[in-house]
Amino acid sequence: MRQTRKEILPGAYLTCLRTDKFKTGLLSVNLLTRLSRETAAQNALIPSVLRRGTVKSPDLDALAVRLDSLYGARLEPAVRKKGEIQCVGFWADFVDEKYLPDGQTLLEDVAALLGEVLLEPRTRGGLLLSAYVDSEKEKLLEDIRSRINDKISYSRYRLTELMCPAEDYAVDVLGTEEEAEAIGYVALTRRYHELLAASPMEIFYCGSAEPARVERAVRDALSTLPRGELDMDLGTDIRMNTVDEQTRYFTDEMEVTQGKLAIGYRLGDAMEDPDMAALRVMNAVFGAGVSSKLFMNVREKLSLCYFASSALDLMKGVMAVISGIEVTDYDQALAEIGRQLKAVQEGDITDDELSAAKRGLVNDLLSAGDSAGALESFWLEQNLLGLEYGPDELAALVEDVTKEDVVRAAAGIVCDAVYFLRGTGEDEDA
Amino acid sequence: MRKIDYAAIGETLYESRLPNGLSVFVVPKPGYCKSFACFVTNYGGADRRFTLNGEVKDTPAGVAHYLEHKMFDTPDGGNALITLDAAGANANAFTSESMTAYYFSCTQRFEENLRTLLSFVSVPWYTQESVDKERGIIGQELRMYEDDPDNAVYMGLMRLLFAHSPLRDDVGGTVESIQDITPQVLYDCHKVFYHPSNMALCVVGDVDPALVERTAAELLTPEAAPLPGRDYGPAEGLDPVGKRNERQMEVSAPLFLAGLKLGPDAKGPDAHRERLIAGLALKCLYGRSSPAYLDLYGKGLLNATFGCSADYAAGEGFVVFGGESKDPDKAADELLAAAEKIAAEGFDPAHFERQKKASYGGSLRALGDFRNLGVSLAEGCFAGYRALDGFEIMKSITCADASRWVREHIRRERTALSVVTPCRVSGP
Repeated sequence: MRQTRKEILPGAYLTCLRTDKFKTGLLSVNLLTRLSRETAAQNALIPSVLRRGTVKSPDLDALAVRLDSLYGARLEPAVRKKGEIQCVGFWADFVDEKYLPDGQTLLEDVAALLGEVLLEPRTRGGLLLSAYVDSEKEKLLEDIRSRINDKISYSRYRLTELMCPAEDYAVDVLGTEEEAEAIGYVALTRRYHELLAASPMEIFYCGSAEPARVERAVRDALSTLPRGELDMDLGTDIRMNTVDEQTRYFTDEMEVTQGKLAIGYRLGDAMEDPDMAALRVMNAVFGAGVSSKLFMNVREKLSLCYFASSALDLMKGVMAVISGIEVTDYDQALAEIGRQLKAVQEGDITDDELSAAKRGLVNDLLSAGDSAGALESFWLEQNLLGLEYGPDELAALVEDVTKEDVVRAAAGIVCDAVYFLRGTGEDEDA
Repeated sequence: MRKIDYAAIGETLYESRLPNGLSVFVVPKPGYCKSFACFVTNYGGADRRFTLNGEVKDTPAGVAHYLEHKMFDTPDGGNALITLDAAGANANAFTSESMTAYYFSCTQRFEENLRTLLSFVSVPWYTQESVDKERGIIGQELRMYEDDPDNAVYMGLMRLLFAHSPLRDDVGGTVESIQDITPQVLYDCHKVFYHPSNMALCVVGDVDPALVERTAAELLTPEAAPLPGRDYGPAEGLDPVGKRNERQMEVSAPLFLAGLKLGPDAKGPDAHRERLIAGLALKCLYGRSSPAYLDLYGKGLLNATFGCSADYAAGEGFVVFGGESKDPDKAADELLAAAEKIAAEGFDPAHFERQKKASYGGSLRALGDFRNLGVSLAEGCFAGYRALDGFEIMKSITCADASRWVREHIRRERTALSVVTPCRVSGP
């Protein structure tokens, strides 16, 4: 697999991974903008509105006919949060040409359609269609409200919101209900033009086409991109310290049978000059995977839960543990999770634990090379972090991590906030 | 091993049946780092009544799933999940109504991991203590599903559709039903259903097919066994037992799932063709490009959570379709009206051809998902067909086939509707 990266338009970077091994190619375009309470909902809504119809294919039916004719190519909105950057755009995937019966080509057609959806939406009097905006706004509101349906991700969302009250990081990738409700089609059109003019762009392709051909196809597709002054002032504010000196505790009550415990940590000094490989190994030893301390102790030894796992956000320098428990086990689970983190910080790590953690990570990283979607996501983060190594190189770095590196990575971790989602039952005590 | 070339889609399948009855499938994927293996038994949550030594056994709901959890314990006091993890394999298992699958993927030490997989699944080891200990973990897993609205709306529908089929019960059983599970129950079920004759081993990755076959032959019992007798009770009729139910939960918007029965599930290549027709007909009728979906999406009655499928388990076929909707009854009503229109007029041939083309792209894409490919090979094996033959069969499916399928099966009077509604408008 050969990786190339090039600025093909002002502030628009194309990352190409050429490989013959996949049956489908992937192309994504991401506009990068600051995550903020004021614009998050608007930004999240824009791709869905654009996806409703273009000048040439004015409605969903017409777009569906085109995509189906391209052998079921998919073109979908992509809205992601990476640290305090909101990445907004589209991804497309399509059958590799060697599997098409009649020698047809798809890359140029798919790139053109992607460019069309991004740059030539159906408008009236220069404004995005109010009917499309209203309809998609309704769906965005449903999406925002439906966060409570999945109690695990809801707990993660609430933890983030409560843990970082004064940081943009608290903003959900879809924005808030209030901001979404306030959106009108005139303001949204303005925001759309701002996004196109000012946002740096990350374009990603993975498939069998040569980079030169991809570049040509994407340049042609984006030739009418209106560029203004680029907002290169993007980044994530990494705070080393907790909000208060003491850990803060929060509880919500809902009609649920299982409690969800979510604990948020700041990684602290380790984010000064982060050793990405060591941090990942530390997280794996602590709480990711079946050999981790959380799985082995909180689940296997104490049978307190079905799941207990930790996850890192290296762009922001935070870590979260989520576990589903009986409400009455709250104190015991919280204490045990704290004990396990302390063990990692004190270097109470066996050789088996360390090597299992490393092997699991290496396996994940090498496996990423077998999935175009995983590669896209990996390279988007690397590009945002300004890192140039691929998953296989990161795997090699992971191999070299020592117990001392892990202890160093864990040394500054502090618990900032604890969130508990519990049932409304009165007889339970938590 | 027998080699079958699927040149048009760039795949090769190796298959064989060992003297002990085990079906082995290997799809080599040169150039990939990751290899995937699944060892699957034709035994799921619905297989609760069976015959052992001429005696009919009834087992509590949730045994297959409980067994799945306990299979990872090994006689040396270890845990296979930890062994696989320590060898760099990412391992897991799942239990559905009709199968239990144990699988791993890894980028190194494939043979060692394959040996671990074959050994731990074929050697039962349960003690009273270990079985008791697992009850807490599984109890929490079931609790997690209880709060899951998708699960609730699905189980609601199953209880409307089926009169007595085990499909009425959750795969995992309930916190109450699993209280009665003992080591002896687990040993009995393992003995009946975990014999190689009732299982399939499917491997996808850059591996040597002969090694897979050889390793399975070496580690598993050489003797064949008769296939287990299972009893799902008398065949269900086509009519649902109830038309509608509703439940309140902590959700943001109403959720619905409509469904109907397709009748007894057949086996073999003809059944394969019929399943492919069902899939394509549903794509034409309710897929993302269907006039029905696009119309209701535009009206705000459906959103991207909508989905539909034809499923087969416990000797029954059934169709489900649903998602979030602000007005579930109206959405279901309009979806059925769309089916009635197709029943009367047939599909537009141009729409059908485009869906067929899109379906080819979708199936080709799915070949990149190793787990999906491995599991569908096993699924096909248990239903008497070869999953990869589907690409060729699809070519022969016509617009008339799809229209006929809708006419025969999607009937308003056979449809039931399960609904979950919010118990309050928004979160705290």
